[in-house]
Amino acid sequence: MTSLLLRAAPIALALAALLPLPAHAHRSWMLPSATVLSGNEPWVTVDAAVSNDLFYFDHNPLKLDGLVALAPDGSKATPENLGTGKYRSTFDLKLAHKGTYKLALVNDQLMASWKVGGENKRARGSAESLAKEIPANPQDLKITRNQSRMEVFVTSGKPSDSVLAPTNQGLELVPITHPNDLFAGGQASFRFLIDGKPAAGVEVTVIPGGVRYRDQLGEIKASTDADGKFNVQWPAAGMYWLTASHGAAPGAAGPSGTLGEPVRRASYSATLEVLPQ
Amino acid sequence: MRMRYSVAMTAVLGVPSAWAADLAVKVEIPRLTVAEYHRPYTAVWIEKADQSFAANLAVWYDVKMKNNEGTKWLKDIRQWWRKSGRELQLPVDGLSGATRAPGEHALSFSGAKSPLDKLPAGDYQVVVEAAREVGGRELVRVPFTWPPTTVQSNKAKGERELGAVSVDAKP
Repeated sequence: MTSLLLRAAPIALALAALLPLPAHAHRSWMLPSATVLSGNEPWVTVDAAVSNDLFYFDHNPLKLDGLVALAPDGSKATPENLGTGKYRSTFDLKLAHKGTYKLALVNDQLMASWKVGGENKRARGSAESLAKEIPANPQDLKITRNQSRMEVFVTSGKPSDSVLAPTNQGLELVPITHPNDLFAGGQASFRFLIDGKPAAGVEVTVIPGGVRYRDQLGEIKASTDADGKFNVQWPAAGMYWLTASHGAAPGAAGPSGTLGEPVRRASYSATLEVLPQ
Repeated sequence: MRMRYSVAMTAVLGVPSAWAADLAVKVEIPRLTVAEYHRPYTAVWIEKADQSFAANLAVWYDVKMKNNEGTKWLKDIRQWWRKSGRELQLPVDGLSGATRAPGEHALSFSGAKSPLDKLPAGDYQVVVEAAREVGGRELVRVPFTWPPTTVQSNKAKGERELGAVSVDAKP
């Protein structure tokens, strides 16, 4: 029995490594009330949730810790009326200036897992806090650094580019086509960067919203070229969820990492609106 | 010789203010039997043959709302908003006007005046896009050639939000 398990394990791990997400991963997303706005100082309101079906809030609210709103000139804008309910969080943002705003939820934390007498233990936090939590001589200690970035773009008036500049940390999307200039039948080009350098061979998944009312997920797959670039052809108008990750998949075989040098996993997602022609 | 002639022609065409041509556009706003009717926000503009933007002719919206609040829904004239509207600071003199009642509306533009005086020779289309509050949106394109060497008369018809649209160009 043991020998059979040992033989099967590498195959299972190899298969797991191919999956972009664990089989039952929930999706985290932000959904803006609008992305293309006109008039004087329009407002947007944004829902943020974790769910299986896009974009229905029916599972957990998304924590808004780490939310940053950038105004078109790169300064910080202040989200208002933040609230968290049973199934969703929500906030409002006044677009006081013309141009493109970026809303980003950025997280960067370490995750440790180990065993104590066959029992699995897990902890999240900083290198300092984990050093205190992890017992001496843990079995099967694995340390992962999870860097995640979730973004939404909204534009009042004419789109602008300054908020699109990358921070050069983790996995980031650099639009070649402006993310508030997407329309049905059109093609958009984007580029993924990892720590500011082209992220080649990244698998990108784009899922149209409205999942509840159709039988097929209808996802669009793309993969980045040597320069980190990929294209998406928009089949129809609607809200889309774009996601990609870089580095070790959860549970994958490989180095187990240390507090000083954790195994890094960087992920990115964005909600993009495609308008009718 | 022939070559020199065509260069000379181009030189003449390069001074568009010399054109005396006119462009007449008629737009029919249909009468709709709906529970809640609002006059449509409408944009009339000129596109090149590849559908890139060339010039604006008219934008009809709620110009009289206080604090220019009627501009809030200009983005619903989607294609016009993407191609031109978002670049403008409305209202624009000679371009923006109040929304129009159902019926036929005639617009005429002199080739000697803006924007036609700056329009390079070529194939174009007049685009009319209408977006109605709590209603639909429709876009109609009618081709024309500028400057007209003969009298041109082209028509197209919308199905729901726009009626007949005609474009007449005469030298």
